[in-house]
Amino acid sequence: MTDIGLQRETAPFGAVAAGEPAAGDYIALLKPRVMSLVVFTALVGIVVAPGQIHPLIGAVALFFIALGAGASGALNMWWDADIDARMARTASRPVPQGRIAPREALGFGLALAVCAVACLGLLVNLAAAALLAFTIFFYAVIYTIWLKRRTPQNIVIGGAAGAFPPMIGWAAVTGDIGWGAIALFAVIFLWTPPHFWALSLVKAGEYARAGVPMLPVVAGPEETRRQILLYSWILVPATFAPLLAGVGGTAYLAAAGALGVVFLVLAHALHRTSTDRAAMRLFGFSILYLFLLFAVLLGEALVAQL
Amino acid sequence: MAQSDMHQQRRGRNYALGAFLLALVVIFFVVTIVKMKGAG
Repeated sequence: MTDIGLQRETAPFGAVAAGEPAAGDYIALLKPRVMSLVVFTALVGIVVAPGQIHPLIGAVALFFIALGAGASGALNMWWDADIDARMARTASRPVPQGRIAPREALGFGLALAVCAVACLGLLVNLAAAALLAFTIFFYAVIYTIWLKRRTPQNIVIGGAAGAFPPMIGWAAVTGDIGWGAIALFAVIFLWTPPHFWALSLVKAGEYARAGVPMLPVVAGPEETRRQILLYSWILVPATFAPLLAGVGGTAYLAAAGALGVVFLVLAHALHRTSTDRAAMRLFGFSILYLFLLFAVLLGEALVAQL
Repeated sequence: MAQSDMHQQRRGRNYALGAFLLALVVIFFVVTIVKMKGAG
C-alpha cells in the first residue's frame, strides 16, 4: 500500500456523509466553472472544424462533453478530498465538508462518466466518445491519482486533460483528429503551466501544507518564475499554429499577436518584480487571454458561415 | 438533521435525477428523429 493509501484511510472526513446531500452538492461535484471552460473550448472545436454537423447533434455533443468534464471533477474531488480539506480554496467542497461521502462521489463520477461516453458514442460518433473516455481517464487517473502528488511536472502533463475538449468537439464533427484540432490542443496545453504556476506562486504555502509538490514548493519561486517565462515564450508562438492548420484568419492573427505581446510583458514583469500582485495579474490575464483567443476563432468561423 | 429536512433534500435529489433521466429520453428521441431525416 502506498503512503497516499494510508493517508486516505486516516482522513478525517471518513466514509459516511453527515447528512443528506442536497442537489446543489452534486452540482458542486461537477466543478461548474471548469465545466464552462470545457464547454466553451469544445464549442470552438465544433464550430471551426471542417464539415457540417446538425446544430442539435452539436448541442448534444456539447452536453455530453460537459457531463464527461463533470464526471472528471467528481472523481477528482473523491480522490483529493484529503488535500482539499487542507486548502482554503477547496475546503468548502462537499466531500471535505462531509456533505457527500467519498464513496458516493466516486459512484456519481463513474456513473456520469459511463453515461457521457456511452451517449456521446451512440448519438454522435465513436471517435469523439473514445477521446472523451481518454480525457476522463487522463484527468482522473493520470493527473489526479498518479501525477498530482508525485511530481512538480503534474500540471505540465496533466494540462493535456484540459486541452482535449476542442479536439473532442472537432472529432464530433469530422469523426477524426485533424491538424487544426492538434493546434488547438497545443495552445491550451502550453497555456496551462504559466496559468497554474502564476496562481501557485501565490498559493505556495497552501500547496505545501497540503503536500502537493507544485513547482514553487519544490523548486522555489525564482525557478517557477523562470519556467513561467520559458513557457510563455513557447506558448505565444504556438498560438499561431492554428493559422498554419487553416484555423482562424486575420482577426485571429491580430489577436494572437497583440494578446501575446501583453502575455509576454506580464510574464517578464513577474520575472522581474516577483510580487504576488504581478503573479495574480498574469494569472488573471491568462484567463482572459485564452478566452479571447478562442472567442476570436469562434467569431471568425461563425462570420465565415453566414 | 431533522427528518423533514432529510426528506426534503432527498426529494430534491430525486426530482433532479428524474429531470436528468427525462432529459436523456428527450435527447435520444429528438436525435433519432434528426438522424432518421438524414441530417445527422
